Amino acid sequence: MTTATVAAEPDFYHEKTRFKGIFGWIFSTDHKRIGILYLIAIITFFLAGMTIGVLMRLEMLYPENTIVTAQTYNMFFTLHGIIMIFLVLIPVFPAVFGNFFLPLMIGAKDVFFPRLNLLSWWLFMAGGTLALVSLFLPGGAADTGWTFYVPYSIRSNTNIIPALMAAFILGFSSILTGLNFITTIHRMRAPGMTWFKMPLFTWSLYATGWVQVLATPVIGITLLLVTIERLFGVGIFDPTLGGDPVLYQHLFWMYSHPAVYIIILPAMGVVSDIIPVFARRTIFGYKFIAYSSLAIASVGSLVWAHHMFTVGMSNTGMFMFSLLTFLVAIPSAIKVFNWIATLYKGSIVLEVPLLFMLAFIVQFSIGGLTGLMLGALSVNIHVTDTYFVVGHFHYVMFGGTGFALFGALHYWFPKMFGRMYKKRPAFIGWLFMTIGFNILYFPMLILGYMGMPRRYYHYLQEFQSLQQLSTVGSWIMVAGILLLIVNLIVSLRRGDKAPANPWGGKTLEWTVSSPPPTENFHTIPVVTTGPYDYSEYEKPSSELS
Amino acid sequence: MTTTVIKHRDDVGSRMGLWLFLFSELILFGGMFIIYAVYRFKHPEEFRLAAAELDSFIGTINTIILLTSSLTVAMSITAIRQDKKYFSMALVGTTIVLAFVFLVNKYFEWSHKISIGIYPRSPDLLNKPPGEILYFGLYYVMTGLHALHVIIGIIVLAVMFGFIATGKINQHSFVHLEAGGLYWHLVDIIWIFLFPLFYLIQ
Repeated sequence: MTTATVAAEPDFYHEKTRFKGIFGWIFSTDHKRIGILYLIAIITFFLAGMTIGVLMRLEMLYPENTIVTAQTYNMFFTLHGIIMIFLVLIPVFPAVFGNFFLPLMIGAKDVFFPRLNLLSWWLFMAGGTLALVSLFLPGGAADTGWTFYVPYSIRSNTNIIPALMAAFILGFSSILTGLNFITTIHRMRAPGMTWFKMPLFTWSLYATGWVQVLATPVIGITLLLVTIERLFGVGIFDPTLGGDPVLYQHLFWMYSHPAVYIIILPAMGVVSDIIPVFARRTIFGYKFIAYSSLAIASVGSLVWAHHMFTVGMSNTGMFMFSLLTFLVAIPSAIKVFNWIATLYKGSIVLEVPLLFMLAFIVQFSIGGLTGLMLGALSVNIHVTDTYFVVGHFHYVMFGGTGFALFGALHYWFPKMFGRMYKKRPAFIGWLFMTIGFNILYFPMLILGYMGMPRRYYHYLQEFQSLQQLSTVGSWIMVAGILLLIVNLIVSLRRGDKAPANPWGGKTLEWTVSSPPPTENFHTIPVVTTGPYDYSEYEKPSSELS
Repeated sequence: MTTTVIKHRDDVGSRMGLWLFLFSELILFGGMFIIYAVYRFKHPEEFRLAAAELDSFIGTINTIILLTSSLTVAMSITAIRQDKKYFSMALVGTTIVLAFVFLVNKYFEWSHKISIGIYPRSPDLLNKPPGEILYFGLYYVMTGLHALHVIIGIIVLAVMFGFIATGKINQHSFVHLEAGGLYWHLVDIIWIFLFPLFYLIQ
């Protein structure tokens, strides 16, 4: 740093903080620093969850024992689920990209409650630590599956309570983030930024915030009740005390299905933001995409029992939940059609972030359509608790949100860190990840249809070839992911300095320098156009006339 | 220097955040109300029998105490708006005292239940039919969680008391006190539902 740059403001990495070193980060209320803290934590958790996933696939290489015992396998799929759902997928978009970019995108200097924001991070770390500590306490990691179904979660001798408490604390963190964002979006938009001039990522965070605030408490209380039941023997869900385990499942899915939308909605918002930039076109059907986020959030809160078609429910109930499940497909499909329509006749620039978005569209469509198959009552009975379900939700969760995560990382990396990454390794990484992903999960759809049950440690000889294909896919995918992450880490130091707007984005975060200054904006910007104003690229007919 | 220091304050936004938090609290209890409704529907007769064992007199007293405390906390906001600092502090103090009285009553109620052998895992309770076990399970959990909220409310109000004393809450800036008051009303309103569900429906 020379004094020649004194005219420019220092970026947020060089801001003066009250505390030195790491304390300047973990006690900082700057939304950008908190976003980076979340990113580091979540990427770490992701790599841990991924390692467990790879080990599980390795175990499936042969029909009999391969590397671990059956009990360890139970712990593996439980941990893989808890880590990936509660520590990676649910927080990743609101906590990392929402924190970093929401204030920048709406022209604000920070979120509405900066200290509450820091508290959310501390709660998140406390919950994450507790989840990891429960691994090493005597008794061993939880083996119930991430769903903690009673009565087994009341009887299992493993460390259920730390895992339950971890999920409870993480839920609290998620609620606080959600209410912070809703308030921020209501109160802190820059002058001129009306609701329909907001970037669509902001819209999706808004819809997500409501789901976080209104759905999370249900799982909070449910998990708390299981804890109380284990500790004090209070009769709530335990069938020997007259309780109803199916009621537990209802309450669990009342949150955990909406949680799917906490996971996917902001990912859809990212897709809606990235595609116009690389298609050099205004998003097609802005209002439809914005409203469809709200529609998914509200209808999606009423479909929880489609996870429970085989546990016993009235025919009327099954019919209603099946119908509502089909209804959620409509706003989801609206989004997919609008993204494709945006690409149509665009001046497409095929950069790495767009490649991730294209993979997202295809894989999310496969995930969504297999979801409709599962929502159909007759098919559901046939494939419940098989690999078909596993394949389906990995196509949505990983093929959708996971790919959107890497796309968003490659899109916003220059803004977050002020460096460009090498494009060739990123492209190769994307290629491996996409090919590996599909080799890994598509066989699961077939296996499930053939009758391979999920969470089984052994399997029949006839499934071996597809199981092995799937395992090979996991290796290809992991090679791609590692290449992507290593490339980004190397670019942190070696990459070229990033300009303020490397992709030609039109949203407000691209108007400030990379990385952004501490205060984000010198003067709060006044917004006059929509977020995707690419009129200069579009047909010059208006200029000619 | 021409720049003037503008203190950023947006009371509407602060209140909005608090209301969102209160929504999530309501839904937290909502989950338990669902469980109550389902079990009551399944075991109506046993719930009726179990409810007869609760003392509705002590419940009524506690309801009156909580309603009065909601009144005093609301009055404290009016008092601070009229710049009556010490009156406002007295009212917040009264609220805290009433909250303690509520907890003391609750303590005697619970210890009476425990002394006659109704508590989780007790042999007497396990001999009862499932509906009654569930009723008392819910009774302990729901009133217990409510009592926890009363304790949190006491802490919040004590902090507000300090803020008024130091002048951080004053005639022009009382959004914190409003927040504390709203939280206290939430504690109150949850009790308003717990009271009939456990004590009155027989």
